[in-house]
Amino acid sequence: MSQQHADKYYVPAQSPWPIVGAVALFLIAVGAGNVVMQHHKGTDGYGGLILSLGMITLMVMLIGWFRDQINESMAGMHNAQLGQSYRQGMSWFIFSEVMFFAAFFGALFYTRMISVPWLGGASNNAMTNEVLWPTFEAMWPLTQTPSGLVTEAMGWNGLPLINTVILLISSVTLHFAHVGLEEQKRGQLMWLLGLTILLGISFLGLQVEEYVHAYTEMGLTLQSGVYGNTFFMLTGFHGLHVTLGTILLIVMFCRVLAGHFTPKNQFAFMAASWYWHFVDVVWVMLFIFVYVL
Amino acid sequence: MSSIVEQDIHADDHHHHAPGGGIKRWLYTTNHKDIGTLYLWFAFIMFLVGGSMAMVIRAELFEPGLQIVEPNFFNQMTTVHGLVMVFGAVMPAFTGLANWMVPMMIGAPDMALPRMNNWSFWILPFAFAILLASLFMEGGGPNFGWTFYAPLSTTYSNDSTALFVFSVHIMGASSIMGAINVIVTIMNMRAPGMTYMKMPLFVWTWFITAFLLIAVMPVLAGAVTMVLTDKFFGTSFFSAAGGGDPVLFQHIFWFFGHPEVYIMILPAFGIISQIVPTFARKPLFGYASMVYATASIALLSFVVWAHHMFTTGMPVAGELFFMIATMLISVPTGVKVFNWVATMWRGAMTFEMPMLFALAFIVLFTIGGFSGLMLAITPVDFQYHDTYFVVAHFHYVLVTGAIFSIFAAAYYWLPKWSGVMFDKKLANWHFWCSLVSVNVLFFPMHFVGLAGMPRRIPDYALQFADFNKWISIGGFAFGLSQLFFLALLIKACRKQGEPAAAKPWEGAEGLEWEIPSPAPYHTFETPPVIK
Ligand code: HEM
Ligand SMILES: [Cu+2]
Repeated sequence: MSQQHADKYYVPAQSPWPIVGAVALFLIAVGAGNVVMQHHKGTDGYGGLILSLGMITLMVMLIGWFRDQINESMAGMHNAQLGQSYRQGMSWFIFSEVMFFAAFFGALFYTRMISVPWLGGASNNAMTNEVLWPTFEAMWPLTQTPSGLVTEAMGWNGLPLINTVILLISSVTLHFAHVGLEEQKRGQLMWLLGLTILLGISFLGLQVEEYVHAYTEMGLTLQSGVYGNTFFMLTGFHGLHVTLGTILLIVMFCRVLAGHFTPKNQFAFMAASWYWHFVDVVWVMLFIFVYVL
Repeated sequence: MSSIVEQDIHADDHHHHAPGGGIKRWLYTTNHKDIGTLYLWFAFIMFLVGGSMAMVIRAELFEPGLQIVEPNFFNQMTTVHGLVMVFGAVMPAFTGLANWMVPMMIGAPDMALPRMNNWSFWILPFAFAILLASLFMEGGGPNFGWTFYAPLSTTYSNDSTALFVFSVHIMGASSIMGAINVIVTIMNMRAPGMTYMKMPLFVWTWFITAFLLIAVMPVLAGAVTMVLTDKFFGTSFFSAAGGGDPVLFQHIFWFFGHPEVYIMILPAFGIISQIVPTFARKPLFGYASMVYATASIALLSFVVWAHHMFTTGMPVAGELFFMIATMLISVPTGVKVFNWVATMWRGAMTFEMPMLFALAFIVLFTIGGFSGLMLAITPVDFQYHDTYFVVAHFHYVLVTGAIFSIFAAAYYWLPKWSGVMFDKKLANWHFWCSLVSVNVLFFPMHFVGLAGMPRRIPDYALQFADFNKWISIGGFAFGLSQLFFLALLIKACRKQGEPAAAKPWEGAEGLEWEIPSPAPYHTFETPPVIK
């Protein structure tokens, strides 16, 4: 790999955006922390304001940073080696996201395989059940918690199945949009990318509907024991990732309109599509382990 | 806004000086040397901040009874001391060394993603500002230990836990970006001819460390997120009433935590593997075996986490598995120690300051490794767990291990960074005072721990009084000894001292010694040719 480089390296110039980004994260962390504390104590405060300020700063930073980046790339300043660095960086970033979801899947497996059965007296925990939670019976989905909260379980064959189909199709459409880009078929690229975005948005819409249904009719909430916890945390973080992915795809759509990509110069498009496929795979895991099994 | 400067490889002279512009230079910089310097100074300042918290702890423990601080404040001190030292001192120091040295050692002009590099540094001061500021909030800062076990952190903690969680989130973002940068630099920026098996060991160990970081920092983020929702949003991941389990917290935390301790020691192994051959004037014994040992330590580190949980409830099969897996790690660790010793065997040894610290590392880290082996024996750990014996163990591996290696690295490369030789007198004071006091400080902890003195408690039984007095005296002395190093650093930064040669150490080898001292602002804009 290292042999093929040109004899000259490209070193990006100084930039104000990283420090703006650091300030943004600072404001977001302080703001979010205060929002949570206010919510907990039921008091007023500046948390929300600081958080919004942080978000705005982050947006400004992202726009500024990417604008510089795009300008430099259009001006041909980036060489093949930098492109390779971006691709590798993106792959490692996705790997870190995989590990983030792994933590929550780990919690799900532990709860299903260990903590719930043990509370029900499995292994050598008969006394735990007998003395602490005598009325509790182990089951999954956990529709009655040891402390007695009752909820309904979310089935898999309604909205979730439709959503699975939607996401799977969207992966295919995005793939062929990418093929369109590589083969310079602009029409195919545009309409398939547009379709992918619409599929992403409808996924999110159905997900919201499912949440409303869970909260208002099934008594399944974030508070209703580990079943609700793992359900909402896993699908919730996944939903956030779909949202982010959709935004990325919309940005890509605008950049396609602006004629930014060529088969040779398309890192951003590729990164967005990798991200989308990754989010898709996570959903398949979710569908299997959260809904079906 | 930011204009692009076309780098002209022929107009060398103006590149060799840092751009002016005062504070802006440091805020906007994309230069790996600037960012390395920032990381290193930040780490040193955090070392002093965390150190002063340790002084509070030792002052309280100087005598039995409660005298100087409230127990709740004592708990905050142990907690924040741990967090600051792990995430604020040791990890940023290693990242700083990686920033400075990895590009120079592989013949790259800079890190692969220089702007992200700047971002990952500048997040850190903000993250720690939040953490430290939370100490002054109503109700105080985090007080549940650096391991923030549930239900301590989810039920009995104070409101500032929210700030703790978000500051850990952004610290994690910083570490992940830093690690991605290192790993991509190593994979993609090596000069032609610099094959993987020619890379210096410091580069190799950081390569593997970066992988560990990317794999486990997100798990830490997951853990703090679940603590946040359990505490503030009514989830019950870690509460049996809702079907969860506090032990789950420990599994998730230590799945991060054990690889994390290797994150703090693998780069140290790399540093020692650079320094020992230089001052023994022999090539490193068993280079390939060092690489494989590092890789196997990293892989094994994913399957030993529950040795921190022998007493918290696991089936016997689990206890046995984690005992044996943990002991297995001593094999590759032993390979490393024997390789260093074999490198020195019949070498033409001299004992300059980096070598002194490296030798202290080899001896004292090995003591920590042996106490780790003792702790790994499950039935025996039932006695030692949560006592000062554990405290002794991890301070031997972290202070005389990780931190001594950072000192060794600083002395080794300071002439390259500053262009002047450091003040040898101050260095000698620093080394010898540290060496004696660190053992007065940590060695007796083995004894009080074996006798059953629990950790993280502001008071203790009378029979531990004598040893604790010595421990505290050692602690204050070790703290003061670091002021020699501070003075030495200030002198070096002001360029007071004899000018250093490009290769100030006779036996040194590697690309970093082929460029002048101080290293010019830009190096290797055209890739060097590797034989
Ligand atoms: C020979 C290799 C090692 C073995 C067998 C080993 C084993 C152990 C065991 C069994 C414990 C748990 C003790 C208890 O809580 O009862 C422990 C704790 C610890 N070890 Fe090690 N260890 C080794 C190397 C290291 C290294 C290289 C580091 C870091 C550089 C390290 C850092 C720690 C820390 C920080 C703790 C305590 C965490 C806490 O509870 O706060 N260990 N070690
Ligand atoms: Cu461990």
